[in-house]
Amino acid sequence: MNTPVFPVGQHLRKRRSQSVAFFVFTLLSYLIVLIFFVILGFILYKGASVISWDFLTQAPEDGMTAGGIFPAIVGTLLLMLGSAVVSFPIGIMSGIYMNEYASKGWVVKFIRLMTNNLSGVPSIVFGLFGMALFVKYLGFGDSILAGSLTLGLLSLPLIIRTTEEALKDIPDGIREGSLALGATKLQTIWKVVLPMGMPRIITGLILSLGRVSGETAPILFTCAAYFFPQLPTSILDQCMALPYHLYVISTSGTDIEAQQPIAYGTALVLIVIVLVINLLAGLLRKYFEKRLKIK
Amino acid sequence: MRKLVEKGVKWLLTLSGFVTSLVILLIIGFLFTEGAGLFRKKIIEEGYVLALNKENPVRTMTAEQIKAVFDEDVTSWKDLGGPDLAITTFRLEDVEKYFTEEELGAQYEYAGEKIAALVDANPGMVAFVPESMIPENAELNFIEDSNISPKDVFVGAEWFPTATPSSLFGMWPLLAGTLWVSFFAILFALPFGLSIAIYMAEIAPSKVRDVFKPLIELLNGIPSVVYGFFGLTIIVPLLQQVFGLPVGESGLAGSIVLAIMALPTIVTVAEDAMRNCPRSLREASLALGASKWQTVSKVVIPSSMSSIASGIVLGIGRAVGETMAVLMVTGNAAVIPHSILEPLRTIPATIAAELGEAPAGGAHYQALFMLGVILFFITFFINLCVEYISSRNKAKNR
Repeated sequence: MNTPVFPVGQHLRKRRSQSVAFFVFTLLSYLIVLIFFVILGFILYKGASVISWDFLTQAPEDGMTAGGIFPAIVGTLLLMLGSAVVSFPIGIMSGIYMNEYASKGWVVKFIRLMTNNLSGVPSIVFGLFGMALFVKYLGFGDSILAGSLTLGLLSLPLIIRTTEEALKDIPDGIREGSLALGATKLQTIWKVVLPMGMPRIITGLILSLGRVSGETAPILFTCAAYFFPQLPTSILDQCMALPYHLYVISTSGTDIEAQQPIAYGTALVLIVIVLVINLLAGLLRKYFEKRLKIK
Repeated sequence: MRKLVEKGVKWLLTLSGFVTSLVILLIIGFLFTEGAGLFRKKIIEEGYVLALNKENPVRTMTAEQIKAVFDEDVTSWKDLGGPDLAITTFRLEDVEKYFTEEELGAQYEYAGEKIAALVDANPGMVAFVPESMIPENAELNFIEDSNISPKDVFVGAEWFPTATPSSLFGMWPLLAGTLWVSFFAILFALPFGLSIAIYMAEIAPSKVRDVFKPLIELLNGIPSVVYGFFGLTIIVPLLQQVFGLPVGESGLAGSIVLAIMALPTIVTVAEDAMRNCPRSLREASLALGASKWQTVSKVVIPSSMSSIASGIVLGIGRAVGETMAVLMVTGNAAVIPHSILEPLRTIPATIAAELGEAPAGGAHYQALFMLGVILFFITFFINLCVEYISSRNKAKNR
């Protein structure tokens, strides 16, 4: 038998296996994107018919089978605000400490390890912890205060990490320039480093708000009320929240059939919040990237 | 003055730098103190005793035996090391079967004596009654109460936290449920996740990639309760029809929902890893005449394998700790699953479902905190693995 000098068949096989493999990967990828659009489209389709001005501005009625979700929207916004008050300052300060002050060594390594671990702690464990510490031990009871503190701690790692990364990318020459002009370390950080890192820090903050808006497990035992139609008047009140509301009306209640449309509406509102937040963060990133490039 | 401010700010920053470490310590501390209380609890419900006839030689029973006796699964004292005698159980609710209201008195003031006499007359009877009801001079024997043992909790096969006279806190079914669901979730997510990662990193034109990337990020941002709701309204009924199940809520439904949720993590990490594969490696492979696919499969993927592995481990961590979506679609049956099509229950879902009903400070409440401790350490361990893998990567790349 004669074997050809140039392995023509091998070349063909090579090309064929490549096109088959790439075709499969492309197909699977588009399939996933399709699934994604099915999820989104389905909820959009079912929810859009429920959404109305009244739905967004009325309290639930008739054992939550009618009416709107206004208290839940307000509750979620309050929790976002409360958690921001807790996590923004601590998170940014912690990030500054990690990048600017801490001596590179085991301290930074240890803190980073702990921060990464904290970000991997399941949200239900945060719920347990918040219940034990804030609700029971410190005696806040089921309240917006306890819920905000729990959610704030939950979003800390994300903020610390984005702050640290944002500051890390600022070249040392800029710091040295400022110090050489006679500025103190604090002045350098405040006037030079922070403003330059701000865009990315803000993006991180916005994304952390998005995460907080959808968390259910941490507020299950620290804050969320099954039904609390009036608006909360103090931070020691319970409140309703969108994700918890979606959970209860889709799994329990007096009349699950009648609650179904409200559940779709609530899910849609939740998705829209996340969508807007992601869009905002993305636009911000793009805007600042463009500005930095021009500079 | 300015120096003082500098110092003060530095202290403040240092302090906030240690907040996360402090939180971890607090989590461990609080979960442990609440959870460890479980092992100081008695197996028989607080304030109650199990009274036996004085002839009966049986003195000790495990929590599982007590439950079996009162469920009438065990019907002879012989099985418990006693005489060959049928067991009759007696609960306080049964009192009216044996006595009239007059005999018991208006305030049940004679009930204690009557029950003592009843147990005295029936050699095979075991009575579950409040300790305070039994008259002091009654000649009865009592089952010796012991503390709940860690062995019963960690390898116990039954989770019946609200059973009386003694609850069972065997965590094995919950642990098994968690691992099953997470395992299958990763099994489903892995082929899809890697395909998308390869597609986005190697095949897709940059325009398509610019569309896919934010979509994947968005998928990551959707709250878990929305996924749970989607699973409940679409996947659960679908599975019920396809497999002809009595209930659609099953481990499989949980795995599918979790797989969708774990996708973004795997895709993002794997894609980053492949993009960071050194250009020189690729070019060397292509220069040797390898096709693009050969380069990807034989060079790029193996060289970024450990980063991909850390992404997979990270995805497992997510899946293990996920609460709401799993709670909504798995059907919450605390049994050791034999098939993925059966309802099962995970550790986080159990905590979320039961903590609201468990009285604070009780054994059930503490058992749920113990579950939290276990969950915390599972994810802690997973995170350490990720850290280890990625630190080794960094060392290798240097």
